[in-house]
Amino acid sequence: MDHAPALPLAADPLDDQGELTRLHPHYAHALRVQTTLMALPALAGALVLESAFLGAAGFPSGIIAGPVLLIALALIIRIPSRRYGARGYHMGGDRLRVVRGLLFRSDTVVPFGRVQHIDVNQGPLERFFGIATLTLHTAGNHNASVSLPGLGEDLAREMRETIRAHIRRETV
Amino acid sequence: MSHPQRTAPLSVVLGAITSARGAFIGAAAIAFSGVGGGGRLWLALGIFAAAVVIGTGVAFAKWRRLTYTIGESDIRVESGVLSRAARSVPYERIQDVSLEAKLLPRIFGLVAVKFETGAGAGEDIALEYLTQSQGEALRRLVRERRDEDRALAAQGDAPAAAAPPEDEDEGDVLYALTPRRLVTFGLFEFSLAVFAVLGGALQYVDNVASINVWDVNLWYGWLKEQGSTVATLGPYAQALGAAAGLVGLLVIGSVTGVVRTALRDWGFTLTRSSRGFRRQRGLFTRTDVVMPAHRVQGLVIGTGLLRYRFGWHGLSFVSLAQDAEEESHVVAPFAAMEEIDRIASAAGFRLPDGATRWHRASPRHRTDMAIRDAAIFCVLAIAAGIAAPSSLFLIPLAAALVAVGLNHHAWRFRRHAFDETQVYASHGFLSPQQEIATRRKLHSVEIAQGPLARWRGYATVHLGLAGGQFAMRGVPLAEARALRAAVLATITATDYSRLDAPEIQALKGAQSGFSANRLAT
Repeated sequence: MDHAPALPLAADPLDDQGELTRLHPHYAHALRVQTTLMALPALAGALVLESAFLGAAGFPSGIIAGPVLLIALALIIRIPSRRYGARGYHMGGDRLRVVRGLLFRSDTVVPFGRVQHIDVNQGPLERFFGIATLTLHTAGNHNASVSLPGLGEDLAREMRETIRAHIRRETV
Repeated sequence: MSHPQRTAPLSVVLGAITSARGAFIGAAAIAFSGVGGGGRLWLALGIFAAAVVIGTGVAFAKWRRLTYTIGESDIRVESGVLSRAARSVPYERIQDVSLEAKLLPRIFGLVAVKFETGAGAGEDIALEYLTQSQGEALRRLVRERRDEDRALAAQGDAPAAAAPPEDEDEGDVLYALTPRRLVTFGLFEFSLAVFAVLGGALQYVDNVASINVWDVNLWYGWLKEQGSTVATLGPYAQALGAAAGLVGLLVIGSVTGVVRTALRDWGFTLTRSSRGFRRQRGLFTRTDVVMPAHRVQGLVIGTGLLRYRFGWHGLSFVSLAQDAEEESHVVAPFAAMEEIDRIASAAGFRLPDGATRWHRASPRHRTDMAIRDAAIFCVLAIAAGIAAPSSLFLIPLAAALVAVGLNHHAWRFRRHAFDETQVYASHGFLSPQQEIATRRKLHSVEIAQGPLARWRGYATVHLGLAGGQFAMRGVPLAEARALRAAVLATITATDYSRLDAPEIQALKGAQSGFSANRLAT
């Protein structure tokens, strides 16, 4: 290592190894509803197949729809809570760290000084659960927009104001 | 100069020629087809004449209706015959003005002037066509206005930006491609693409003429005729014939390479002036692009399998503006490392040298990649062993071995480094590609890990670079974290709005080449 980066790392503990902030608990519910909505077409398809084979001899009922339903239930119960657990963020003094991904982990840090503009978005589902998605746009080709879903509505706006204040202070 | 102006009247002639060219193909098709019986030649001529008259009329109407106004703070272009469109581009949004002269406009001494705003592809405005001198005058004017705007915005602390505009022909030539060098370069660009073109042409012949080129019997008969002649020659002559065929292939491939290179890169010149880097190239389509030095985000040094062995490399600038659908601007397509070093230091970059502390990718990453690639071929080998009866399965098995060897070799090139101002990365299978970026011009840092990488303790570091990609693969996790902490410390020290101010760069003195160059100009 060129400049012994272990030292600045220790001096700046809030960057990397710091404790992550959990997302709003409602986000887990929102994810669950989302997964359910995505599982519905598969279930419907299974039921259609089932009814098509209904008259055939030696065809026990539920052989298609049964397993599909079980898999869907497992996904709906298990995956959202695990995805919720895998996500987190840390709001530093001059940077935002976003961690996400169950299998493919990604751990992104965006310095406020590089934020081009900020979005706070709410889909219908998010509106119902009172949460919002904060998106930071940068000029880099990779990570041109970093989004952080599952923040409480007020918190998202508050974070936007904080980041915006930081940008204005730097520019003036 | 704030009254509406028209483009060069000769544009109408160009429009007429273009429409005539389009009509000619249609007319020829009618003339050679069966439409119209005996009078079809007259019909074709009539249609051709009508198309030319209409095309010329449309070109004239377009020319009459297109005006541009050079205003106080923006350029306005109004166009459209039936529906009117007006577009305004403020000077401070214009990244650069480029002049492009295709073959036909060049004969008439005309250029197309393009204003690059950094907007998405196709959204930039272009004036077609102005005379060469008009185009250059307009470019100078836009730059002056833009710099005045900048100087007003940053009054006081921007002496460099307010420097009086110079004529752009001044400035030293950093790199030029001599015809001899061009031929050497062309040889390395060996290409058999001409055969693909020939195949396409054959198909065309097939459609137009009644010779069926895909008729096997025709070729078989021809081959048999030739083959019997060859057979009578004896084994030596046959071997000689085969060798001659190979040599012929080599010659055709080389000539194609040289011709294509000459068309694209004839008279390639890179000059450094106070405005930035200016690149001119092309035989028939001559392009003239200027890249402001402070907009260069990073460097890419590429090479090829063979040319790497002879010490030849190519240099590109990564910047926000796009260059002919490519992500980065080629500034030296074929150069020795010393020449690249000179260009890089003029742009404020330092090439890695003996003092650069390179870090290799994790050996575990190499092992995993080798296993992954070999496994794919092994699966293929098993499938071949079951499905195909003969010893065909040996081929994928050999490929698996080759994959392991290649991955082992690739590991030699997969390395990264960083110092106070820059980050470096290098990768490639048989020849390395190197990327260099300035630390303070990065926008974000991401550490990404797949399931395998998490288990084995390495990661991919993605750095947010404007106008390009920058990734280091197979970095051990602890190193990746240290790298991120160091890079972030640099990024957070400077705000985005101050990134483009070149005088800070010069004052800091960290990039000595840049400031030295600025003093020289």
